[in-house]
Amino acid sequence: MSYIAIIITYVFIQNFILVQFMGLCPFIGVSKNSESALGMGMAVTFVTAVASVVCYAVYTYLLIPFDLAYLETISFILVIAALVQMVEMVIRKMSPSLYKALGIFLPLITTNCAVLGIAIINIDEGYNMLESFFAGLAAGLGFTLAIVLMSNIREKLELTPVRRWFKGVPIAFISAGLMALAFMAFDSSLLTNLHLA
Amino acid sequence: MFIAILSAFLVIALMGLILGLGLAVADKKLAVTKDEKLVQLEENMPGANCGGCGFAGCSAYAEAVFKGEAEIGLCSPGGSALAQKMGEIMGKSVDLTQEKMVAYVHCRGNKDVTETQFSYSGLEDCNAAYLLQAGPNACKEGCLHLGSCMKVCPAEAIYKNSEGFIVVDPDKCIGCGKCTGVCPTGVIRLIPASATYVVACNNHESGAKVRKECKVGCIGCKICEVKFPSSGCHVTSFLSSIDYSADHSQLAEACEACPQKCIVKR
Repeated sequence: MSYIAIIITYVFIQNFILVQFMGLCPFIGVSKNSESALGMGMAVTFVTAVASVVCYAVYTYLLIPFDLAYLETISFILVIAALVQMVEMVIRKMSPSLYKALGIFLPLITTNCAVLGIAIINIDEGYNMLESFFAGLAAGLGFTLAIVLMSNIREKLELTPVRRWFKGVPIAFISAGLMALAFMAFDSSLLTNLHLA
Repeated sequence: MFIAILSAFLVIALMGLILGLGLAVADKKLAVTKDEKLVQLEENMPGANCGGCGFAGCSAYAEAVFKGEAEIGLCSPGGSALAQKMGEIMGKSVDLTQEKMVAYVHCRGNKDVTETQFSYSGLEDCNAAYLLQAGPNACKEGCLHLGSCMKVCPAEAIYKNSEGFIVVDPDKCIGCGKCTGVCPTGVIRLIPASATYVVACNNHESGAKVRKECKVGCIGCKICEVKFPSSGCHVTSFLSSIDYSADHSQLAEACEACPQKCIVKR
């Protein structure tokens, strides 16, 4: 599989939020304004990309030689947790305003199943290190795409007359469902049509 | 079997150790140092984040004071107690003569006493209603009773009472002035918390016009100003207002004598 095919697969066809339904907590929680949504997307992209590479390395060079493949999950979580801590420190240092906007959701990337998901998918699909990196990057970009689209929709919804019992999260869930329906239209035929498969 | 357990234990422990050490180093390298004074200032803030000081929030104001970009004492929720405390922390003397201010809706008009020009059934929002001919009331400077001020109040001090009037609870009001900013007619203004009498009207039109528009409006007759010189009342553009810093010992009599009864006791 070419790298472009991997990127298209994880941004559109296997979009983590809208197709695989992973990482929904920040998708609803941080999508209230587009600025912090983009920040969250970038943070997740960074974490998924780096976690993919590090988890691949841990799996291939540490767990396989010692015949410990069954420790996949716990060691990946360990790596991801440490990475997220690192990202949190960097953001706190570099951009206090983004740090404030992301709030509780930054530590929650630790438990964002999209990050663990991409690390495990990389192993299951048998990607090499570079392919893992691109898959991780694309997973993050797909997350960013979905959350930024969502935040723009929600900003518009704020100004739209919505029935009181639909206001806020309920209408956001309905919008998310419709977006997921739209993304279901992307399937493997997209790769065939682009002459990548 | 034993080897397998031991290797699993060692591998995970080693990973934890390396990652932990990495984080410890990063924490030292990337530590954000905060000045002791700034931390103290932030701790003393009321934390309402009302924006009454003109800054984005409590910590933003604390930072501005710390950098010397802002005056001490702009925080109305904190009042003089906070100003004093901030002065102590920053080592500055503070002028404590400022009194606590609270918001007041200067209007007693409602459907029964105020003429209406049309019936409004749009969005429940004063500013939306104001876009249409400055609201449905004949009086264009009174309360529209749609409660835009209630929505912006960070202290939830504004409510609609059983008679449909918008009322500010002076005990809950923190004097941030957000409601005065959102009100399209300017009928909410800040008054000193200790004020006992208020001119409950905001209409600047001439007496004849006010009489046509509202039964309880100030007609600018000047009885309060002329007959009771030490009531503190001054009539400017047909509207009486009370100067609370001046002598206002005769306010009670002025209240009695007001033909429109728009000088009211709080």
